This record gives sequence, structure tokens and C-alpha cells, in this order.
Amino acid sequence: MMAAAGEMPLVTVRDLHVGFPLAQSMFGPARSWVRAVDGVSFSVPRGETLALVGESGCGKTTTARALLRLVPATSGAVSFDGIDVLALRPEPLRRLRRRMQLVFQDPYSSLNPRRTVGDSIGEGLLIHHLASGDAADARVRQSLEEVGLHPDFARRYPYELSGGQRQRVGIARALAVEPEFIVCDEPVSALDVSVQAQIINLLQDLQRDHALTYLYIAHDLAIVAQVATHVAVMYFGRIVELGRTASVFQVPLMPYTRALLASVLVPDPAAPRTRVVLAGESPSPATPPPGCPFHPRCPDPRKDAACTSTIPPLEEKSPGHFAACIKEPVRPPDIPVPS
Amino acid sequence: MTTPAQPSPARPGGKPLLSIRDLRTVFATDAGLARAVDGLTLDVQPGETVGIVGESGSGKTVTALSILRLIRAPGRIERGSSVAFDGNDLATCSDESLRTIRGRRIGMVFQEPMTALNPVLTVGSQVAEVVRVHERTTRQAASDRAVAMLDTVRIPGAAARARQYPHELSGGTRQRVMIAMALVMHPGLLIADEPTTALDVTVQAQILALLTELQETIGMAVLLITHDLAIIAAVASRVVVMYGGQAVEEAPVGELFAAAHHPYTQGLLRAVPRPQPHGGHPARLAEIPGSVPPATAWPQGCRFHDRCPFAWDRCRQEMPPLYPLSATHASRCHLAAEPGRRIAGGSPR
Repeated sequence: MMAAAGEMPLVTVRDLHVGFPLAQSMFGPARSWVRAVDGVSFSVPRGETLALVGESGCGKTTTARALLRLVPATSGAVSFDGIDVLALRPEPLRRLRRRMQLVFQDPYSSLNPRRTVGDSIGEGLLIHHLASGDAADARVRQSLEEVGLHPDFARRYPYELSGGQRQRVGIARALAVEPEFIVCDEPVSALDVSVQAQIINLLQDLQRDHALTYLYIAHDLAIVAQVATHVAVMYFGRIVELGRTASVFQVPLMPYTRALLASVLVPDPAAPRTRVVLAGESPSPATPPPGCPFHPRCPDPRKDAACTSTIPPLEEKSPGHFAACIKEPVRPPDIPVPS
Repeated sequence: MTTPAQPSPARPGGKPLLSIRDLRTVFATDAGLARAVDGLTLDVQPGETVGIVGESGSGKTVTALSILRLIRAPGRIERGSSVAFDGNDLATCSDESLRTIRGRRIGMVFQEPMTALNPVLTVGSQVAEVVRVHERTTRQAASDRAVAMLDTVRIPGAAARARQYPHELSGGTRQRVMIAMALVMHPGLLIADEPTTALDVTVQAQILALLTELQETIGMAVLLITHDLAIIAAVASRVVVMYGGQAVEEAPVGELFAAAHHPYTQGLLRAVPRPQPHGGHPARLAEIPGSVPPATAWPQGCRFHDRCPFAWDRCRQEMPPLYPLSATHASRCHLAAEPGRRIAGGSPR
């Protein structure tokens, strides 16, 4: 649905469901399940960046982990370069994992404190039999240089590094095995502002130089506008809006997306001062509301009984721009944002 | 390596509620003495909102803890520091008089509401405990005050929520409980250290609006500590930018964003990604090279000089004082004395 004409997207996810047992008796099956990811579909075109955005608990990280098969999916399909990822047996899955890498949020806990930076970066080369000995060392040093660190960092330990340097090492580790696809899970949210910009620029440079495809998980919409070509907004385990970044940011169709964008504070004291645009918080996954999961918080004045009984499907409202709302989209100025 | 404390720029208004003079807080570490806060001078007027903005390691949180003397060994507040609050010097007064101020006349809200609340007590009893520590009152009266305060911070069904434990509440509700605890005694000053950092954006907007509204009703001053310039822009009236344990720039909020003087402040403002209102592809972000040095090894001279695009010999040798630029704007940068260097130096991207 988002692929360039004639070219297959690198990653396609179809109707993905991931459930976690909620009330587990000591013996026997779970009595109930939390639907962490509840029918998610999207695709990521080659060389582009899809951002999965939403508040904590919306299912964005679980979606990414399920597509990498780090958590088991309940149902659905994931295709990577034509390969059916969810059906792969262990050995071909291991080979595929070289092509799909992950950069973690917390550069403090994602590196082994007892191993040198060089060992952490080189591990993937050994596991995937890509290089060993001097060739592996050379590749590690090259990866460090690509992320803007001196090759001598290979001999250092994580505690010797700043947060920004650790995140560069995390990126070098992903890069060393020459992947095509990198999931970036909130890669800058633990970093200081002045260092965030360095890492975002680095990720963009690497994408251009290595033709990388990114799935970028974030809650910070200002960063998403900076890095992503496409955005999928998640709420309560579902994608509620999906489209090109410029389209979603300029003409948000779903009331939740509008509220999320209006909540973003602008670093400008002349901008309107804080106003509450959305009351309440996401519902508890143990007690999902009937109908549209957003209806208890929805500020749209046209909200009615249908919203509380129908789960809105994700529909194409304008070319390439999808939203899950049973009301006809109106352009933002037509709907007053309640204060 | 330290210069004498500079007088804070004069400000309109009367006697400050909080007046920090030459605050120095140090920590003994294996790597040497860490000068976490190194000569901070700052005033907060009654009813005013002052923002302290800085990155990790800049000394902003240690400043908050030092005001309330919550520094434990191996840390200590050095002699000569003064923290005057409404006639008391909190840096030197007795523990007894400090206890009558903490929680009663100065409230505190911290970043992580889960670790700041006691997991085995109901939230209502934790708010009521604040009342009972500071006032002779009955258990029932304290409990009623707690429920009323939980209602004031807009917790729906406050009476029922008061009987719940922290783990039963969402992150946003827990932070509302923290605010209720901080404000139940109607303090003159609230110190809020990253009060919304752990929260989602929609909840962050709710909490900031609540703080602003309660500030007006109670008439208290707020010292807001954050790394987020957007939060500063939204709620502060005056801003202190900290770097390397020092104030490097101080200005009214509008002036800071429109006419920042210090190259560090300018770099921070340029490094923030901004939503593009009219679409189009955003330009590459401006970077500040390098990272904040450790507090055990501040660079000689200006502490920002090795990351600064304009630095010259003087910056490497001589620590700049906080130069007054106007009655309300000051900058710890030698460019204030030699403005011609800004053009001669490298241009910041």
C-alpha cells in the first residue's frame, strides 16, 4: 500500500496479533489474554523510515519485537524481502537475523559491562561466520569509524564511555554485520539534547550511505518529523493512522493524532501556553472499552453511540493516508480543540 | 580556578523568597573531588516561575537537593554557600528548623513518582502523613484534607483513590499524588525536578496545566528543573541555563529564546528538533560536538571552551564571569567583553 511503483516493500506486516497471558493459573492454560498488538498491518519501503509512534503501552515495541521474532506472534504474517518470517525454522531464522538488526533505547544496559567494545561489536561477525581474527578486527575498527568513534575504542569498556558514545557503539554493533533493516527503539530518548542531534544525524547519514531501511519507534513527535518518511500512530494495540509523515503531520485525520500533535510542546515562549487537549489516559488493557478504544477520551463533538459499539477499521481516507475513525475526516480547523 | 561570585542581575520586584548565593556542592569520588554545583547564585521572587535548564551532569538536580539540604556523604555543601529562604539560611540552620520548612513551606516533586511513593501505604495516608507531621490535627481531619487535596489535583473519585496503593495507579495519577503531597501545606515555593519526564505527552500537558493553575490559586513560586527547553518555554518566566555546575546564562524566557547570548544556549536551542508546521523536509539538525565533561575534571578557563565554535586563548585560560548584558540578562561568556570575536570565530552550524 505504500510501496513505490513496481518495487516490493522490504518489510510487510499483515494482521499481526500478539497476546500475553493475563491471569495464569499455576497449571493449565491462561484464563485471559491481553491483546498487546491487535491486528497491525503496515509495510516499510526499501531505503525509507517508518516511525511507529504512540504513548507507553500502545504496543509499538511489542510490534517491532514480534516482527523480529523476539516475542512470539499469536497470528498474522511478516514478510521480509519475500521471506515468511513467522514460519522460519531456527537455522534460516538465524541467517535472516543478520539482515535485521536492533538498536536499543538504553545504551547503558544494552552493552555487556564485562566485555570490551570491540568484543561486543565483533560478536555478530563470529555468530554469523562473517569474519574472524584479523578480518573481524578490521571490520570492528571500520564500524567504529563509520559511527564517528576512533578505532581505539575497540579496547575500551562501556563504563569508560559517555551515553552518546555508548549509543554509537550500539549502532556500530548493528552495522557491523551489514544489515539491510534496522529497528531503532527510542534510540535517543535516554540521551541529552545536544547529543540527541548527533545520533539522529548519524542515523540519517548511515541510512543514506548504506541504503538502510528503518523502523523507528518513538514517542517524541518532533524527532519523528525529523527522521521518518512514513508514520504509523498506534493506540491500544492498533494502528489508528498511517501515511506519509508530511501528510499525517499537516492533515491529521484521527482525533487521537490531532490531540497527540497538539500536546507537543514547541520550544518557543511565544507559542500558546500549555492547554490540556486530551483528558484521561489510555484504557487498561485488562478492561478494553467497547467499540473504538479511543472513544472515552475522544474530544470530537460528533462522537455518538456508533463509536461505542463499532471498532473502526483502518481505511484509506485519501490516497496513501489511512485512519481508523468511523466519522468522515474533516480538516483540522473545522474541529475546535477543546481547552 | 574559581572566581568570586558575581552578583545576580538586579530584577524588578521586592525581596526574593529564595536567595542562593555562591552555592558550592561537592562530592568526594574515587576520581577526585566532583564540583557538581560550583558557585551558583540565583534568586526566586514570590509567585514567580524560574526554570533551570541543563543536561545531565550540569548540576541542576544537585542544586535542588542542596536547597533542601538533602545532600548526604560523600557529598557536602561547602562553607560560604548560602541559601536564604524567607529569612532562614537553609545551608546552616538547625535540622529542627529545616524540618519546619521542608514539605511545609517548600514542596518538592521529583521525576519518578513510583520510587518516591511508599508502596505499602495507601496514597491517601501518605498525603495525610504530610499534614500530621506539620500540624497538630486529628487523623480524620488530616485524612479529609488529603482527600480534598487529591480532588484539587483532579484525581477523579478522590475518596476511593485515596484508599488505593501506588501500584494500582497510572503514572499520571501517581504524579498527581506527588503534587498533592507537595502542595497540601500550601507552600510558598515548589521545587519540581523533571516533573513530567517519565510521562506520555498527553499526560505531560495535563500535569503542566495543573501545576500552572495551582500556582495561581496558591500563589506560590516554582523552581522548575528540566532538560527540556519546550517545557521551559511553556511555563517559566525566567530561565537559568546551567553547564558545568555553573549558571552560564540567565534571562527572561522570551529574551533567552529570541536573543540567547551564550554559545552553549544557542547550540541547545538549535539542536532541538521542531515540528515543521508547513511540512517540507526538515534540515539536518545542528549538533554541539562532544559531551558534558565529568564534574571531577572541568576544563580550565571556560568550561564550554572545548565544545565552543568561537573559543580563543582567553577562553582556555580565564574563567569568564557572569557578565551582565542588561538589568535582567547575564552570560558567562567572554564574547560579552569582546563581541567582535563572534564573527571572527567559527560559525556555529
